[in-house]
Amino acid sequence: MPDFEPVIGLEIHVQLDTQTKMFCSCALSFGEPPNTRCCPVCLGLPGALPVVNAKAIEYGLMIGMALESELADRSIFHRKNYFYPDNPKAYQISQYDEPLCRGGRLGEVRIHRVHLEEDAAKLIHIGESGRIHSSETSIVDFNRCGTPLVEIVTEPDVKSAEQAREWLQLLRETLRQLGVSDVDMSQGSLRCDANISIRPVGETGFGTKTELKNMNSFAFIERGIKAEVARQTEIVSGGGEVEQETLHFDPRTEAITSLRSKEEAHDYRYFPEPDLVPIQISSEMLDRARGALPELPAARAQRYEAAGVSTDNAKDLAFRPELAARLDEALPHADSPNAVASLLLNVAAAADAEPRSVAEVSNMVGRKEVTAANARKALELLAERGGEPAAVVAEAGLGALGDDGALDGIVEDALAANADAAEKIRGGNMKAIGPIVGHVMRETKGRADGGEVTRLVRQKLGL
Amino acid sequence: MSEEILALTAAQAAAKVKAGELRSAEVFDAYRERAAGDDLNAFLWVAEDTPAAAGADAPLAGVPVAVKDLFCTEGVPSQAGSKILEGYRPPYTATAVRHLAEAGAPLLGKTNQDEFAMGSSNENSAYGPVRNPWDRTRVPGGSSGGSAAAVAGGLAPWAIGTDTGGSIRQPAALCGIVGMKPTYGAVSRYGMIAFASSLDQAGPLTRDVTDCALLLRHMVGRDACDSTSLAFPEEVVLPTAERLDGIRLGVPEELSGEGIEPGVLDNFHQTLRLAEELGATVETMRLPHAPHALSAYYIIAPAEASANLARFDGVRYGVRAEQYDDLVSMYTKTRHQGFGPEVQRRIMLGTYALSSGYYDAYYGRAQQVRTKISDDFRAAFERFDFVVTPTSPGVAFELGAKTDDPWAMYLNDYCTVPVPLAGLPAISIPSGLSEGLPVGFQIIGGAFSENRILDAAHALEQAIGFDGSQARA
Amino acid sequence: MIDREQVLHVARLARLSLTDEEVERMSGELTGILGHIEKIGELDLEGVPPTSHVVEVTNALREDVPRPSWPREQVLDQAPAVRDEGFEVPSPQA
Ligand SMILES: [Mg+2]
Ligand SMILES: [Zn+2]
Repeated sequence: MPDFEPVIGLEIHVQLDTQTKMFCSCALSFGEPPNTRCCPVCLGLPGALPVVNAKAIEYGLMIGMALESELADRSIFHRKNYFYPDNPKAYQISQYDEPLCRGGRLGEVRIHRVHLEEDAAKLIHIGESGRIHSSETSIVDFNRCGTPLVEIVTEPDVKSAEQAREWLQLLRETLRQLGVSDVDMSQGSLRCDANISIRPVGETGFGTKTELKNMNSFAFIERGIKAEVARQTEIVSGGGEVEQETLHFDPRTEAITSLRSKEEAHDYRYFPEPDLVPIQISSEMLDRARGALPELPAARAQRYEAAGVSTDNAKDLAFRPELAARLDEALPHADSPNAVASLLLNVAAAADAEPRSVAEVSNMVGRKEVTAANARKALELLAERGGEPAAVVAEAGLGALGDDGALDGIVEDALAANADAAEKIRGGNMKAIGPIVGHVMRETKGRADGGEVTRLVRQKLGL
Repeated sequence: MSEEILALTAAQAAAKVKAGELRSAEVFDAYRERAAGDDLNAFLWVAEDTPAAAGADAPLAGVPVAVKDLFCTEGVPSQAGSKILEGYRPPYTATAVRHLAEAGAPLLGKTNQDEFAMGSSNENSAYGPVRNPWDRTRVPGGSSGGSAAAVAGGLAPWAIGTDTGGSIRQPAALCGIVGMKPTYGAVSRYGMIAFASSLDQAGPLTRDVTDCALLLRHMVGRDACDSTSLAFPEEVVLPTAERLDGIRLGVPEELSGEGIEPGVLDNFHQTLRLAEELGATVETMRLPHAPHALSAYYIIAPAEASANLARFDGVRYGVRAEQYDDLVSMYTKTRHQGFGPEVQRRIMLGTYALSSGYYDAYYGRAQQVRTKISDDFRAAFERFDFVVTPTSPGVAFELGAKTDDPWAMYLNDYCTVPVPLAGLPAISIPSGLSEGLPVGFQIIGGAFSENRILDAAHALEQAIGFDGSQARA
Repeated sequence: MIDREQVLHVARLARLSLTDEEVERMSGELTGILGHIEKIGELDLEGVPPTSHVVEVTNALREDVPRPSWPREQVLDQAPAVRDEGFEVPSPQA
């Protein structure tokens, strides 16, 4: 029996953070009482007609740019027909064969397409036990109906549940920094479906895929995909075949259940929406979207790495735009970009001190004028009261001891006061150096350089 | 007084109100009384209160308008001739109706129509058929049959309707009045209960061409609520032409021979001779794809309708079935009970044409045919000012004569249907009688050529001298 | 030719509950209409672009500026069944 590997594609729906809905001027709803954010258009009243929100197009283009997609010159809307109480016109205005963006990539995952559509209403199921399956009546609240959505579909490039979670975190951070959505999974402004199949390692074809619906946290996504991969592996290993179906993952029980209704397979009967005219993407629209585009996590990480910041530090900073902004200010003054990045990431006070001061403290550490421990103290002082780093270091007596022989004497004193330890070191046990270094540091109030102390100890013991 | 008012066209009545010779309330009351005594079943609702007099500068001077049922009118039943919307009172008013009210034409009443504008005889109304005032055993045409019958029968000074495949022009022809379908996009569709969105267009049904121009002037204009609406490039002017000198008329072989009743064809040729006497040149030409227009239309219109009518699901408005077991049976029973047979037939046809595996063969091809039809017209307008045809292949037929054969009914639109597929404006004017019943003459022009069409129609109207007073008696 | 099965399938998609008699009649009528319509299959339309809009307009976009929504009473005014500030429907999962 061969080993299997998962093949995963993701479909993400993102609510855009516009002022108004996709096709009408109702304000978006944030928990208002039911049916108080509605008008003829979003209720699908007879005779009402949709009009496209310009901002949603702009946000769609920004997302396409961030995902390195090919942006359409011309894009049209289609009607996707299906009956459901949350779908007032019985068609969703969506995009089909002329989406706003095609292709692209984010990190190691390729993007298939990005398109615009409208969100559905909310169904509140009424039932004694509160469980979905026992309810007989539902209440429809149209406040959410018509909220602009961007649907992002990836290629099946994701190879594991962990990778799916990590990539989605990168996507969420990217969208957050774009400022186009509040990407709050618990509120449903970012929703994820996964298309999952498995295949024997080394093969290039695809197995039958299942669709895991609407997972609303990163943890559930990882656990849901894991559970589904395990389920498929068990079926195939047992000689069975995976059935193509839509599934629901219950995070409480870890159970996966089929969502397939009694209804016939969907036939959405897409056709061009005759109530809307084509979107022609003008250079002005592109300029406006590009102008609103901040530097995004992936690009930022790449830039920092190229500047000499370690891979880990660069990745961490990509997710923390406020720290990254400080690094950008500090960089022109920094001898070692990675050293400044480390200070910003590891010393809380560094985020409150002047970026230029952080760079100078980092430079002083590099020149061994300040020890790492005292750099932290210096930054705390600088964050508190500001001032010139050199002056603050001098005033607080935080400067490292120079080559003026002072350290030499203190090391000799320390060896004398810790004769046992000195004997052990001579015997080859370098771990015993602790008390000696501690003595020196006490005497120098931390101004001694640890490396220099070690060098002197070895020298004096003839090692 | 009422007889005197009845003898006036709407424009003449408006002029007398402005001149202080008539009060707008007198006009309103005279027509309201006639509308209330309607024995044609032309009205589904008639206003009860006389509105306050229109402002002194209101261009339409308070002369009231009858409005097809499918226009949404705030607080007033707007049922699109369907049982599924029985008693539906919308919370807003259609842009076109609002524009008319603002210009001083208050709502007289809502007129009967084929359900959701699907029909050519008005026999598909859930509220009973409308009768033709020229012969009450005959149909008025459709789907704007109530509007046409109301104007022809003197129950309304003028009316508006909608035209998707001929629903203004064909009933206007069968009732001996003027009906115009404007360029697609000229009049906002906001608040019009949609049949086929890419074809639907509102327009006037009036006693003469001058009334038509006056009403149209106050209907057109870009509406921010309708993405497909366009600014009308010029003011609609009242026509004055008496001659057709230098005007080149093209007569398409495909729409002026086979399938047209002999009496209608005779009248058509007489009208062409009149046009020549007025200075026009008349030449036979071809619209090679016109014979396929009906096929393309009966794919595109039902397909769009199948989606447009899907919103009638018994959830937010309209009538819901009384008994059902679950959600699906609530939907299927509500829709089965609420829609009439023709509407269900077209929903089925449209759903089938869009369904998986059939889209390319039906909808895709129909859209290509649409391109070819537009190309044919474009070529025609390089050589001709207008393309002219009989409006309808026949005169008004007996009630029930064609209800058993859908395709025979659809053939009523043979000459009108190519026009909306190309989005063009066209007018039908009464050109005489055949077997004692009115015949319509259709003038088709290029996009936004309404003023020129109205001028040509006016010149012909003067020469024809059609007398419709018999139907108002 | 549209047979019984196809009529039933399309009726399910369109959410229409037809009686047996209506299914029979619909099958005959739709077959008849499609017989006429299918003549467009004979046309050579190779390379002809489709027309879905006759107007040569693009964009027609709306500024992202909110306007007041409607009071709930008006939203629910014409509904056949209302409960708890919303539209009542049979539950889809029932
Ligand atoms: Mg979607
Ligand atoms: Zn709205």
